[in-house]
Amino acid sequence: MDEVKVIEIKKSVFADNDKDADLLRKELKDSGVYLLNLMSSPGSGKTTTLIKTINLIKDKIRVAVMEADIDSDVDAVKIKEATGIPSIQLHTGGMCHLDAEMTRQGLANVDLKDADLVILENVGNLVCPAEFDTGAVRNAMILSVPEGHDKPLKYPLMFSVCDLVVVNKIDVLPYFDFDMEKCREYVHMRNPKAQIIPICAKTGEGVEKLAEWILNEVKNWKNN
Amino acid sequence: MHELGIVFYIIRDVKKVAEENSVGHVSKVVMSIGEVSTIIPDYLTDCWRWAADKEPLLKGCTLEIQQVPAVSYCGDCNSEFGTVDFGKKCPLCGSENTWLLRGNEVEIKEIACD
Repeated sequence: MDEVKVIEIKKSVFADNDKDADLLRKELKDSGVYLLNLMSSPGSGKTTTLIKTINLIKDKIRVAVMEADIDSDVDAVKIKEATGIPSIQLHTGGMCHLDAEMTRQGLANVDLKDADLVILENVGNLVCPAEFDTGAVRNAMILSVPEGHDKPLKYPLMFSVCDLVVVNKIDVLPYFDFDMEKCREYVHMRNPKAQIIPICAKTGEGVEKLAEWILNEVKNWKNN
Repeated sequence: MHELGIVFYIIRDVKKVAEENSVGHVSKVVMSIGEVSTIIPDYLTDCWRWAADKEPLLKGCTLEIQQVPAVSYCGDCNSEFGTVDFGKKCPLCGSENTWLLRGNEVEIKEIACD
């Protein structure tokens, strides 16, 4: 009988990605490009929010967008048509998230010399993208009112890795049992430092606050 | 839903270790999976079977899952309690100043090679 050899590994499956993400963050710092990772469920209004926000900041800083989806390029086309900024589409090949290596490959198609800010619109999913560090400076997520204020309880990891929670579709608050105070409480339970910005991407309400947050973030990061 | 993605990461890591140790075939991979890691063991082994059999190095290789119970710690009364049973709230003093000690592992523990 062949001898069986056991090799002890004891290593997290995420360890290599975490290392790769730290390296990418450093490279982006050296090239002066701020990467924002935007996550949410499908249908929370990521693309509409991006269009409204980009139109408020594109005259002040140079923005590019990377759209990640399992298939299609509808989002990238929509962003380019509505804002005029460079926008590329990444396909994840069936994967439910982007990791640092895929982000790096995507960034190779963006003209980084002409960008201060790259926004990565991650795959619509509240589970997997939270587990994989993309190398972004900050993680942000959009929670829309119809999804309910209890999402931070159901998807703890997503809310604990996000520095910013945008609550979208506040125009429909009267029709849903969404409790904004409870939402704040639950988000802060997961991450006491998370900022919360309520907006309505459709009407534009509150979007200027989101634009201001992004501009401040990029400015502070560049100065440090 | 993300188990297949996780399987690809496991395969990548195991391949690397096998190469470093000049291993021709791996017969078993042992994983430590935390109870609150969001990994569903059955899905993971199903995805594993599908993906591992495509690799000559891992053909027929079994994936053994050792589950790690989730334990939280209370910062106010310094006690430990089962996360799945009690969630965020300490069952002894009611505090929510608690954090996870273990139970979110997705770790390759060891591999057995022929």
